[in-house]
Amino acid sequence: MSLSPGELKDVKEFLYKIADDQLIIGHRNSEWTGLGPTLEEDIAFSSIAQDKIGQSQHIYELLHAMGEKHPDTTAFTRNAADFRCSHLTEYPNGEYEFSLMRNFLFNHSEHIRFGMLSTSSVEQLAKLAKKYRGEIKYHVMHSDTWVKQLGRANEESHMRMQKALNDTFNLALGIFEESDFAEALRETKVFEGEQVLQNKWLEEISPILDSASLVIPNKNSWAPAYGGRKGQHTEYLQPLIEEMGAVFRLDPNAEW
Amino acid sequence: MYGNAQIDEKQKSKSLTEGEDPDKLAEFEARITGGEKIEPKDWMPKAYRKQLIRMIEQHAHSEIIGALPEGTWITRAPGFRRKLALMAKVQDEVGHGQLLYSAAETLGKTREDMLNDLISGKSKYSNVFNYPAMTWGDTAIIAWLIDAGAIINQVTNSKGSYGPYCRALERICSEESFHLKYGHDNVVYLATGTPQQRELVQDALNRWWQPIMHFHGPPDKMSEHTVVLMKWKVKMATNDEMRQRFLDEYVPKIWDLGLTIPDPKLKKNESTGEWEYTEPDWEEFKRVINGDGPCNKERLQVRRWAEERGAWVRRALMRAEQKYTVPLA
Repeated sequence: MSLSPGELKDVKEFLYKIADDQLIIGHRNSEWTGLGPTLEEDIAFSSIAQDKIGQSQHIYELLHAMGEKHPDTTAFTRNAADFRCSHLTEYPNGEYEFSLMRNFLFNHSEHIRFGMLSTSSVEQLAKLAKKYRGEIKYHVMHSDTWVKQLGRANEESHMRMQKALNDTFNLALGIFEESDFAEALRETKVFEGEQVLQNKWLEEISPILDSASLVIPNKNSWAPAYGGRKGQHTEYLQPLIEEMGAVFRLDPNAEW
Repeated sequence: MYGNAQIDEKQKSKSLTEGEDPDKLAEFEARITGGEKIEPKDWMPKAYRKQLIRMIEQHAHSEIIGALPEGTWITRAPGFRRKLALMAKVQDEVGHGQLLYSAAETLGKTREDMLNDLISGKSKYSNVFNYPAMTWGDTAIIAWLIDAGAIINQVTNSKGSYGPYCRALERICSEESFHLKYGHDNVVYLATGTPQQRELVQDALNRWWQPIMHFHGPPDKMSEHTVVLMKWKVKMATNDEMRQRFLDEYVPKIWDLGLTIPDPKLKKNESTGEWEYTEPDWEEFKRVINGDGPCNKERLQVRRWAEERGAWVRRALMRAEQKYTVPLA
């Protein structure tokens, strides 16, 4: 479909949200390189990081084709307020269980999101979503396997995983923060909306957590960490961005 | 990435073949001379097993410790192309570690024991990783020239006699050849880039030249011990032979890029075909390998951190048969 200028703006905003999530969580995953609890896990986190960062690059390329800046400029020179990632992706890695649980909650949301987008009215988006869904399937398998194993292996691992779920759950709810353009995207059949996504996500993760003997925090305590989609971020994002751009910003006109 | 094996000096006082059955030893040596590979369940002299464990283990440690100086630059790599390539490269290095620990395990030492010996300082890793990667230029020089040195060593050792190690090395070498391309491309961009980029890479070369010259180890004393290990195809070339091969292949490439190597004496003697150079400071080499280098403590501390913080995950895997049930009250 051809997009009106207003629709194009909405689609671009929507794409930034997805790409920024992928870039920042991918960056965090890459920080595990050399430090994983086993060599195999070290390697797995690196593969996942490469996929996610590669996916963000492709979305920035799509944005570039829609008139936005070059992917490197977009990723390596913006300030925190220009990012649209969710708070969940920004937090430092912490202990392994935190990083793992974050990936588990995020991966499922992405897998469903790209499933929904594979029938999007924006053809380029649908095509890209189908491709990425195939990659994210393996990220989901990875985190599901570990969550099930560690949730029930022994008392220590169970307690760590339950605490990690408690610590990440409200952050994960922040993924589903609606944007002003949500209604417009729904009307033009670009994307059904974050609420639909969140419901599907809860349906999907609940039985897995259940089989891992892990309990989703009581609904009374739900307090979604919103703000990321509007450019309001945690204190952790700006330093991450500065580190990421440290060499690139030495001379943005240089070819690296 | 790995330099050359350090010979176990402590063993020198007695013969490597002391106490071995002469018939079995003769058969073993004949197989090696005939170009056969030795496999895990085959008979082998104790000293052969010991030296190989030591060598493969050191190599494996070098891969995972080597992932640290470059790994810290993944988060700062400039642009998607470099960031993704560096991630893949460092991931390869960790994968090489995994492969090599498995190869060493075939000789009877577990990965856990090897990692414990690494953390306690009992077993060594390549000295070069006790130096810091201070700038992006350093990562480019490491990826090009340290990996180049490692390839020379690994290609040579892949012709050795122990089957599992040779097969691991063949696979490692094919991956390393991509690292070399990545490193070279990175150095080319810096060396032909802006004045600031040029300075970045020249400074890095100045800093890294001595560690590079150290990389293949001090000149070998051709003791009886060394002769036996070469006959057994545990050691495949002397450290000086490897260093000469490295210089022959890479010095012209470095000069082609207009970079200056910080050794005024460095030149090829056309009549002997050998490179002449200022001997690097071997006292410093010894000091650093024995623990007193700029990053020894930090490297082991990080590795210890990773082992300790990940211990609960490994414990949870070992008890896979026991399912924990949440108490009802």
